[in-house]
Amino acid sequence: MGKLVSKDKEIVVPGEELAQGMDYLPGQGTFRDKEAIVASRLGLLSVDGRALKIIPLTGRYLPKKDDTIIAQVTDVTMNGWRLDTNSAYSAMIGLKDATSEFIPRGADLTQYFSFGDYVVAKIINVTSQKLIDLSMKGPGLMKLHGGRVIKVNTHKVPRIIGKQGSMVSLIKNATGCKMIIGQNGLAWIDGEPENELIVVEAIRKIEKESHISGLTDRIKEFLEKKTGNKVQPAGEQNDQNR
Amino acid sequence: MTRIDKRKPEETRPMSAEAGVIKRADGSAVFRIGETIAYATVYGPRDLYPRFLQDPSKGILRVSYNMMPFSGSGDRVRPGGNRRSKEISMVTKKALEPVIDLGDFPNAVVDVFIELPQTDAGTRCAGICAASMALADAGIIMKDMVTAVSVGRVGKDVVVDLSYAEEDYDCPEGVADIPIAVLPRTGELTLLQCDGRLKREDLKKAIELSKDAVAKINDIQKKALKEKFKGESQ
Repeated sequence: MGKLVSKDKEIVVPGEELAQGMDYLPGQGTFRDKEAIVASRLGLLSVDGRALKIIPLTGRYLPKKDDTIIAQVTDVTMNGWRLDTNSAYSAMIGLKDATSEFIPRGADLTQYFSFGDYVVAKIINVTSQKLIDLSMKGPGLMKLHGGRVIKVNTHKVPRIIGKQGSMVSLIKNATGCKMIIGQNGLAWIDGEPENELIVVEAIRKIEKESHISGLTDRIKEFLEKKTGNKVQPAGEQNDQNR
Repeated sequence: MTRIDKRKPEETRPMSAEAGVIKRADGSAVFRIGETIAYATVYGPRDLYPRFLQDPSKGILRVSYNMMPFSGSGDRVRPGGNRRSKEISMVTKKALEPVIDLGDFPNAVVDVFIELPQTDAGTRCAGICAASMALADAGIIMKDMVTAVSVGRVGKDVVVDLSYAEEDYDCPEGVADIPIAVLPRTGELTLLQCDGRLKREDLKKAIELSKDAVAKINDIQKKALKEKFKGESQ
């Protein structure tokens, strides 16, 4: 019978031995070396039955199919746009995938999206060489006007969105700001300038305290104090991420 | 036999380390050993230009080692690269490359910058220790940490972690300085240089002597990384 060397939900560093014996299985972020299972990245150890994996806590965004991201236009080409994805790789979006409008041949593409514009788009394909195809056809995928874009920790995005978007709707209700969180670690906020700042502060608080339980209550309290209004409890179904 | 600073042969100078010291970087760390201080930052994986540097099969690692102008013992270090810093950048890269896996990042680069605000021998080892912590902090896939320490012979004695006073010691037998980098889990070496002459037995003895120090340094590296994230585990 094998035995666990590290504990569940513990921080592990690369090269750390997690378990001994063949009846444990190496999952993501781990590898087997003879009898031992060893961590190959820094993160939180998660023991699921016999399988061990590591939940990453740091690192840049790695593009993944079906992620909704916020991207910035960096180049306009013959047949589409090149966008920066806040990862090591830029993405392409073709004319057909970018808009349902009719674009005449030889039109000036900067009238649709110009340099520096932010868009919400979905990753439809990532090749082994990390060529990324985006699409903007779908609900909630659009060009962003005004507001501000901030960087957040990619691995905290699920906590900022919350279950079924509960955290986002809580913040939106409290501040009246529009908010979109991209999986790639960019967040767009649009509203009254002082409210935007409250949202930024709330997001930083979520990033910092995401591991302490009762997060939603603390954020609610924080928002009530900052805005001076009573915040209606989260849980009401607003459409996520809009 | 006594050492200049009264240490035991296998004893290192006092050490400390901290992770995440440079907030804007993707990963960062500082490693201090005696009077030597090494800061390391990691940026990336990020896109790489000019294009001819790109490798379509995997990401590449770039390392820059730099001693700050005021870092020495009084003489100003001329800023900018020199032959020595170029060489140390290269050996540091070769010491780190065997543990990291950038297969998921074709055409990209991971940049490591090592800066030394204060130096008192053992800078490349301190740099490697800091760099491997910074890489782990940046979430890079690694099969192990890299732990480095210098060993050597001062006069007749084989010792660990030479200080500048020891490296500079003038005696008929001379001094040999051997920086090594070790993968602590398996004991494999990824760096072995030698400045000076020594007997084969002394080299073996020196590497044997380093084992305690390596374990201790690795412990400090691990603790510092865990300290940064300790809030995350409930």
